[in-house]
Amino acid sequence: MKFISGAVRRSAIAAVFMTVPVTAFSEQAPTIDHFSLDNGLEVVVIPDRRAPVVTHMLWYKVGSADEDPGKSGIAHFFEHLMFKGTANHGPGEFSARIADVGGRENAFTSYDYTAYFQQVAPSELRTMMEFEADRMTNLVLTEEVIGPERDVIIEERNSRVESDPSSLLSEEVSATLYQNHPYRIPVIGWMHEIKQLNREDAIDFYKRYYAPNNAVLVVAGDVDTAEVREMATDIYGAIPRGPDLEERIRPTEPEQNTKRTVELTDARVAVPSFSKRWVVPSYRTAEPGEAEALDILSEVLGGGIRSRIYQELIVKQGIASSAGAYYQGTSLDDTSFGVWGSPRGDATLEQVETAIDAEIAKIVADGVTEEEVEKAKKRYLRSMIFARDDQSGMARIYGAALTTGSTVEDVANWTDKIREVTPAAVQQAAKKYLDERRSVAGYLLPQESK
Amino acid sequence: MMASTKMQMNSGLSRLSQFLATVLLAVAFVTMPAILSARAAVDIQEVKSDSGVTAWLVEDYTVPIVTVRFSFKGGSTQDPAGKEGLANLMTGLFDEGAGDLDSDAFQERLDEVGAEMRFSATRDSIYGEMRMLAEERENAFELLQLAVTSPRFDQEPVDRIRGQINTRIQRDMRDPNSLGMEKFAQAIYGDHPYARRSDGTIESLGSITTDDLHAFHKRIFARGKLNVAVVGAIDAETLKNELDRVFGSLPQDPDLTKIDRIQPKLGQLVNYPYDLPQATLQFVYPGLEREDPEFFPAFIMNHVLGGGTFSSRLFNEVREKRGLAYGVGSGLQTSDYADALIIGTSTRADRAQEALDVLRETIAKVADEGITDEELATAKTYLIGAYPINNLDSSTAVASTLLELQRDKLGIDYIDRRVGYIEGVTKQQVKDAAQRLLTADPAILVVGPEMPKAE
Repeated sequence: MKFISGAVRRSAIAAVFMTVPVTAFSEQAPTIDHFSLDNGLEVVVIPDRRAPVVTHMLWYKVGSADEDPGKSGIAHFFEHLMFKGTANHGPGEFSARIADVGGRENAFTSYDYTAYFQQVAPSELRTMMEFEADRMTNLVLTEEVIGPERDVIIEERNSRVESDPSSLLSEEVSATLYQNHPYRIPVIGWMHEIKQLNREDAIDFYKRYYAPNNAVLVVAGDVDTAEVREMATDIYGAIPRGPDLEERIRPTEPEQNTKRTVELTDARVAVPSFSKRWVVPSYRTAEPGEAEALDILSEVLGGGIRSRIYQELIVKQGIASSAGAYYQGTSLDDTSFGVWGSPRGDATLEQVETAIDAEIAKIVADGVTEEEVEKAKKRYLRSMIFARDDQSGMARIYGAALTTGSTVEDVANWTDKIREVTPAAVQQAAKKYLDERRSVAGYLLPQESK
Repeated sequence: MMASTKMQMNSGLSRLSQFLATVLLAVAFVTMPAILSARAAVDIQEVKSDSGVTAWLVEDYTVPIVTVRFSFKGGSTQDPAGKEGLANLMTGLFDEGAGDLDSDAFQERLDEVGAEMRFSATRDSIYGEMRMLAEERENAFELLQLAVTSPRFDQEPVDRIRGQINTRIQRDMRDPNSLGMEKFAQAIYGDHPYARRSDGTIESLGSITTDDLHAFHKRIFARGKLNVAVVGAIDAETLKNELDRVFGSLPQDPDLTKIDRIQPKLGQLVNYPYDLPQATLQFVYPGLEREDPEFFPAFIMNHVLGGGTFSSRLFNEVREKRGLAYGVGSGLQTSDYADALIIGTSTRADRAQEALDVLRETIAKVADEGITDEELATAKTYLIGAYPINNLDSSTAVASTLLELQRDKLGIDYIDRRVGYIEGVTKQQVKDAAQRLLTADPAILVVGPEMPKAE
């Protein structure tokens, strides 16, 4: 799947497109249309008329963190089952129709949302809406499709996690970092629970969460906003509103007072690496300005090749092959801030960790400079202009924001909020949240080193 | 392989991909030729500068940015023996100092200007790309000119980037899939440069000097085998001047070592035994050249067999019906010196034999019977309609497509012609192409459980 292109060395910044609500927008920026249908479906239309392509995305406000205990993986499993046909269209008919017109389709599941998308010629938009609206309520799930698809999911877990020591460790670090909140459970689910998922679980999940009043439609590309409004009203508007959903209140984290470490040793690991994470507020849960300060902090500390960690560890000391920091701000509940690093040459993992800790301590003690903050802001702001070059990326920015408790206005005001961040706020965020005594460190080690 | 030596390993994008559990996983190692559609309403201008540099330009002012992408023929296949990894190392160094600016000064300037610049080496070419804000166009092109014409290759950055690549080589040397792939490449390509790792080895990388880098740069960076594509807020006259500025002072002809074409050695089973939860299977069949008269029939055949939709035969047989794998697919690979049809999947270790059998049967059926009328019709509409969606939805995608069209020498009017090429393909032609490619005894790679010898 394509996110922001050109994201090789600037990947940390590029990630921001996906993880923070973003808007650009110089005077020439397109006018975004935003409205709700009577049945509760929220709609965002982002015109981009350069190429005869439209991205049609339907986002549901349900993800793995909404699953019932013991049913881990059902949100993602269900996402796969949405491709199995409805009362009106047999299995594979929707996909075949998309393929017929040269379209592209896929779906993805995260902690807080599940989204389905197609990219097609604008003349096919109506058809896509018809099929997508149809499977919101008319899905047919037989035992025959459940078994093989569960096997597919098991292989997916094998591919993504079991075959990759760093993914296995990352799961364990999350499970340790969140002591009570469901972000401790992997999106794809634990293997032993995936194996137990069945048709009844899927049907329950569908009935509970798949309804227009729990969804956001995002249409980006070569379209006229008025036409989309009419089409969406006509097609999606015909679906009756579902029962009111409970507010998305998940178990919250207790006060964390321990420093924890998780270690994984594996024969497939040649070069050790480490990561450290903290629970921090998200854009939805933060005090005003705090999430923006965390974004600037992650950029100054370890966001790219001009960051402190990169310059100090990789360029000046020459002890790391890779190192950096990130903040995952687009999240319904409290989220995480992290740093990572891997040694180079004769350096040890311990040296890398010590050097990263030192960079954090320096910011806590002495703060960051006005110049660093201004440069970080400038990078974010111009990234927004680059973001406008990619229609599906824009659709994702809005979809992710609206399913994690942000609004279209939040997205529009984000650049202004970023401009307001002060060096003092960045220092304060580091001081308040990057406390060693409540961190979780993960160590990925080669077999012989221990 | 990308020369993203400074790639931030664990940063947002890779983390994000863990969270975004997508439905289809692309099969590694497979490239799809760019195919254009009549609906691709792009107006391509050919721009020729005074110094003779030609670029294809799509002028568009919707977003105030300019994207430029270019390639020089000669990638890691041009690495001298014993200096494997040279092309790849070089591409990690273009923003590490050029002209009067040392590494730090160059990067600081690039950051101020707000341009994104990157270089990479494939087996066959060196690629460069820059994305800039239109208002900083002149400053950005000035930096690009410095990088292209006067890279410094100072010792400190050379050693640093080398150290980063060494770390990656060490990682790969413990990774069963990477090791299996290397063994497979050696079995298929023998002593041809395609058998070598583009990263090189720790020894070969260690032997590379700054003189080697300067000499290599001089050999490859020439106007004669240069292609350029530009998209965005820039007009033809302005572009002409920028082309002269960036590329005008390069020598006319590159000094390329002649590389022979090679037929991949098929009819062999390569096992890389390792105790893993999944077996990775890869089949290599004969391919064909881009200019081959049977290219389009083969392309349609590949699409039906395992092309990138949720409706291919392999997808249905391996995943939908049996749940044997998450990802499965096939692709035609057309490189400068070899062609191949590659089929791959990762499947649970205890059912690897079953997956292998299903792959074989599915392939044999297409080879014996060809495809149906309906499959042919559907494939044609897909391949005609898919172009603008897969190739035109961003400036970067358009630039990339225009560059590949030039590299393949398909002509500026190719867009208008290719619908006809696809529509003209008959069922019999597809069957003939299937017979030609799929009846061969393939080379098979199995990483994971030990497999019985191929019959």
